Amino acid sequence: MKNIRWKVFTIVGVFAVFFALGVYPILATRYGLPAPAWLKARQLDLGLDLQGGVHLVLRVHTDEALKTSTTTTAEQLREAARVAGITVSALSVPSPTTFRIEGVPQDRQAEFERLADDNASASYNRTSGPGGSYDFAMRPNIAVQMKQQALTQARETIDRRVNELGVSEPNISEYGDTGDQLMVELPGVSEVARAKEIIRSTAQLQLKIVESGPMSSQEALLQPHNGKLPDDMEVLQGSGQEPGFYLLRRTAGITGQDLRTAQATLDENGRPAVGFSLTRDGSAKFGKLTGDNIGRSLAIVLDNRVQSAPRIDGRINDNGRIYGSFTQEQVRDLVLVLNSGALPASMSYLEERVIGPTLGADSIKSGVLASLAGLALVVVFMLVYYKLSGINAIVAMVANLVILIGLMAYFGFIMTLPGIAGFILTMGMGVDSNVLIFERIKEELAAGSGARAAVAKSFERVFLTLLDTHVTSLIAAAFLFMFGTGPIRGFATTLFIGLLTNLFTSIFVSRTIFEAVLLRQPTAKASLSI
Amino acid sequence: MKFLNNPDFNFVRWRWHAIVLSLVVILAGFGVIMTRGLQKGVDFEGGTIVILKFDQQPDLAKIRNALAASTVGGDAVVQRYGPAENRDVLIRVRRTGQESGGELSREVDAIVGALRAGSAGSFKMPPEGTEIVGPVVGEQLRRQGLLATVLALSGILLYIAFRFQLSFAVGAIAATLHDLLVCLAFLAFFRYDLTLNVIAGLLTITGYSVNDTIVIFDRVRENLRSQRRDPLSTIVNTAVNQTLSRTIITAGTTLLSVVALYFFGGEVLEGFAFTMLVGIISGTYSTVFIAAAIAIMLQGRKPVKGQMVTAAAPEATRKPGRRRAS
Repeated sequence: MKNIRWKVFTIVGVFAVFFALGVYPILATRYGLPAPAWLKARQLDLGLDLQGGVHLVLRVHTDEALKTSTTTTAEQLREAARVAGITVSALSVPSPTTFRIEGVPQDRQAEFERLADDNASASYNRTSGPGGSYDFAMRPNIAVQMKQQALTQARETIDRRVNELGVSEPNISEYGDTGDQLMVELPGVSEVARAKEIIRSTAQLQLKIVESGPMSSQEALLQPHNGKLPDDMEVLQGSGQEPGFYLLRRTAGITGQDLRTAQATLDENGRPAVGFSLTRDGSAKFGKLTGDNIGRSLAIVLDNRVQSAPRIDGRINDNGRIYGSFTQEQVRDLVLVLNSGALPASMSYLEERVIGPTLGADSIKSGVLASLAGLALVVVFMLVYYKLSGINAIVAMVANLVILIGLMAYFGFIMTLPGIAGFILTMGMGVDSNVLIFERIKEELAAGSGARAAVAKSFERVFLTLLDTHVTSLIAAAFLFMFGTGPIRGFATTLFIGLLTNLFTSIFVSRTIFEAVLLRQPTAKASLSI
Repeated sequence: MKFLNNPDFNFVRWRWHAIVLSLVVILAGFGVIMTRGLQKGVDFEGGTIVILKFDQQPDLAKIRNALAASTVGGDAVVQRYGPAENRDVLIRVRRTGQESGGELSREVDAIVGALRAGSAGSFKMPPEGTEIVGPVVGEQLRRQGLLATVLALSGILLYIAFRFQLSFAVGAIAATLHDLLVCLAFLAFFRYDLTLNVIAGLLTITGYSVNDTIVIFDRVRENLRSQRRDPLSTIVNTAVNQTLSRTIITAGTTLLSVVALYFFGGEVLEGFAFTMLVGIISGTYSTVFIAAAIAIMLQGRKPVKGQMVTAAAPEATRKPGRRRAS
């Protein structure tokens, strides 16, 4: 007697807790009932397919990050050699992880090698060839590390940008099996094209001294240099309304990393422009750069396009302005991406799914309708076929769903449309467990057992069967979870948790009800409506 | 209430007929897949889907003509999406824009442009939904789907082999493979696309089918003690009959839920619900006719000593009944 009371108490307690965690917040939001804020914050999250939103998969071109690093190291080594008075005849970067320096004079090779040790040996293996040529190759473990670093940096940058966009609960994570993919999920975003552009924009800001230009063609620009591009120069094109070609110094005086903040402002003519201020280091560099080059032009390069090239009228220290032919909207987005930092490499989209809010709402409607219809059909059947014992199964099934919703809300799992299918399937498994038990009880009763003995025996026998059936389904659900994506994961999660809760409800809850009913009857005459 | 009173059908006798019937269905499915191919959705093949909401009831023929006259071409699939009153139309092409650069969604613009140019009716912009899967992700999803299926099946095989005997495990896996193949055959017959949701359905069927089989095997294991002197085929047949009403009721109630899902679950889940529908029927059938039949055939080759068939199997050395305390 005491035992049963304790069991009933446990069941009611568990039911109440999970009802409060899972079902009540949904009802409270829907019908405006009072609920504490922390409870509402824990509400069951809906997946993109139900609330609408954007699902993107991007590839980060991590090779670019390697190439940047290799080029920088190569340039640094040449510069160090130049300072030491060693001139080399050629420098090339044939692949993202290798560079080659040629023509180190015979008598200076030992000194050059020492410089190479200081500047490059930490990350590059060195081999020397004939005629003072040296090949440098990035160590494989360093390459792996740098790729991962680029991926992480890209993820963090996108995260900041998405937050600036004001998207609530975005999900940005590494994806796929190639080690260079990111998945971005933005619930409830409507300006898809803009979001995509902001996420992908590399936003590499560089300020470079202009040698000559703008000119209408590359040839005209290179004519004074006998048509050959000097080693330390590069040619870039202007953007928008000023499409001329510029000859620029290859090394950037200032980059996006020197930036402290950017904000929207206006130029002298009252057109939209981006104002920026620099960090302390950046200011020092900027002051020297502008002070040394008064009278020349300074190109403001964004993603390898010259936005504008104003003349330097005097020494500028800590702030400046980027102007060009920007619209207000472009300025707003530019400020956003500059403030969130540059991406280490460019990216491209591999997958895009956009679910409009109406499609999501339709799916919720049909999912709920299907669940309720399925539930109603099963309830009717159980009551007709198992009479009063059918109530047992129904109580167990409802308890199962309530605990399932509560657990999912509590642990922050996401409900998707396939997740609703998982719900319906869990209902099916729950009914199956009860049918197994009830059929066994019927069999035991037919074989002449008393009601109490029949219940006890049946639950003991069926327990092993239920264990086996549930474990096999759990194995399938686990693999689905591991290899599934987005919606499928929702299905696997629901199924997995549903299977666990079902073991509890169909064995513990259902048995307790049977025992409680039998307890009220005298042992000898106890009977069941089954 | 009881559907069946002490059923005593001789299922085992029909096993050859059943195996032949199954082979016919599966081979027919193979035939269709070989000749017509299994329609893979954009999830696995890559491609572009656009769902547009039209202002008036859309004219599908006009839409097709408009697309055929443009760069999109005539091989686009055009079909209604959801109930008619939503006026939604789904358009699918097997191509995407380039993955390099930001051009992946170019095919969407091409479709929208073609419909405008061909005056195929006005529709809401932006589209209700778009799905663009590039070849890289398509290939990745295909690989992962296959991997999940193979690993899930091996996991289940190991578990059953551990809990029962190897011959039973093989029987259960054969029945499960049978159900997967029958599902694939029917998906091909009825021209359903193979999507991620259908894969989820197939994996669920894996779990369901094994489930069903285990219930019978469990009963066989239990009967091995009480029916010591009977041949294995009799023991199996008894077990199938004893659990028959459970098998039917469970299949029936699950079918009720799945039918509800099929009719009310909306467009997205239709493929899933169809897979489940076929799978549950096939799963019940294979449980009764295929799983046990194969287990008997595998065991049958070993020296039969009354029920002592199990003497040759690991089960006996583990002292039957050790795990069955009751």
